[in-house]
Amino acid sequence: MSIIHPGAIDCDIHPAVPNLQALLPYMTDYWRDTVVQRGIDALESISYPVNAPITARPDWKPEKGRAGSDLERLRREALIPFGTSTAICNCLYGVHLLFSEDMALGYAQAVNDWIAKEWLDREPKLRASIVVPLQNPELAVEEIERLAADKRFVQVLVPVMGEMPLGKRIYWPIWAAAERHGLALCIHAGSSYRHSVTGIGWTSYYTEDYASNAQAFQAQVTSLICEGVFSKFPNLKVVLAESGFTWLPAHLWRLTKFWRGLRMEIPWVDRTPAEIARENIRLTLQPVDGPPSAGAFERLMEHMQSDELLLFSTDYPHWQFDGDEVLPPGLSSELARKIMVDNPRNTYSRLTETVT
Amino acid sequence: MSRHVVAPVRDLPPGSRKLVTVKGRPIAIFNIDGELFGILNRCPHQGGSLCEGRLIGLVESDQPGEYRFSRPNEILRCPWHGWEFDLRTGQSRCEPDRIQVKSYEVAVEQGQNVCEGPYVAETFPVSVEEDYVVVEV
Repeated sequence: MSIIHPGAIDCDIHPAVPNLQALLPYMTDYWRDTVVQRGIDALESISYPVNAPITARPDWKPEKGRAGSDLERLRREALIPFGTSTAICNCLYGVHLLFSEDMALGYAQAVNDWIAKEWLDREPKLRASIVVPLQNPELAVEEIERLAADKRFVQVLVPVMGEMPLGKRIYWPIWAAAERHGLALCIHAGSSYRHSVTGIGWTSYYTEDYASNAQAFQAQVTSLICEGVFSKFPNLKVVLAESGFTWLPAHLWRLTKFWRGLRMEIPWVDRTPAEIARENIRLTLQPVDGPPSAGAFERLMEHMQSDELLLFSTDYPHWQFDGDEVLPPGLSSELARKIMVDNPRNTYSRLTETVT
Repeated sequence: MSRHVVAPVRDLPPGSRKLVTVKGRPIAIFNIDGELFGILNRCPHQGGSLCEGRLIGLVESDQPGEYRFSRPNEILRCPWHGWEFDLRTGQSRCEPDRIQVKSYEVAVEQGQNVCEGPYVAETFPVSVEEDYVVVEV
């Protein structure tokens, strides 16, 4: 990496639940017993298949067990090499897959308490996202309220492909709770597989699934803006994680174009969608889905019309880059500093608050 | 600036519209409930003929789910891409400070005054018995 900025803030790392046994101490008696009684041995998502290359960078993959499940390795591989002062843990355990609302809450609570105890308590550089049972907005709010006092939780985590577009008013109590507590909303790649991962039906290959996440992110950005989430919650910051970002300018051109002609349909959208996006939406850096040359990257930044949108991320332990080449080539020192330090600090109000 | 007689009032009853040319400029004249409006017949977006646009009301909102509807028929939508323009100001609704269509003063004058001038009636004879639509260009 050409430019190291002390105090880098990594906005997307993935500590892994090593196995279901690890969560049992954090479950209520009832849910712990159901794991045994029902013979549940894992809660696996196919968003990141264990042996898919993207799931773990080869040099970050342990001989046994799951990549990202060991704190000492995470320190050595994700924090130290990049001069990271703070890293935000997005635990992608499959809580969003469950159909039972109560069970989803039970597992979400276990994941959140596990991450607080096993990671945040042991490494002061770590922060985390609150995993919520999106299956039931009331329970999701309950879980946010339970943890909001712990300032080490800096955002609420949801998958980009859930049951419904996230702008829908049924979800607003969750966004209200997030805004009230100064928590960002992090929408992360991945699906709960209620619908096909594209708008045209089920795909055949993992390549298609993974690339399709970008379409889902576009749909969520559109939904949040058109449904008026940012008109209602102007201080809510939405972080798109592992979303890629090269698609953003083109999508905002298109959305803004159609808004100009159909504005009367959504009159609460009183500025161009592009303006709203630049104010409320942020995107994590990795994966940098091209462009390959420094000149093309500069032009892309011009199209984004802001250097405040990108947030540094390694996406550890996912395999998005090799060695320490986490930043796109040819980045100016000033822009690197913004992406690595300033933009994350301006996005997460809780990062600048004292944690006790 | 000069004032141009473009039509007898009887040619522009309430609810009607008329495309006229003044000093080589195509101008769309609208009669909304007896009030006259004139705008350049060229959408600032891609040049659509605004005279053929649909009239709607002003739609505003204080928050999602709330629709405030006022000033029926005073907002014109370009027939090509639906951009809205306020007939009173020429301002677009999407980006009023940045995107506007030129609007013109339109008035009704008695034939007596029109015959005396200083009006310009380019295409038809005027008589003292009639009232006329006059555009300032």
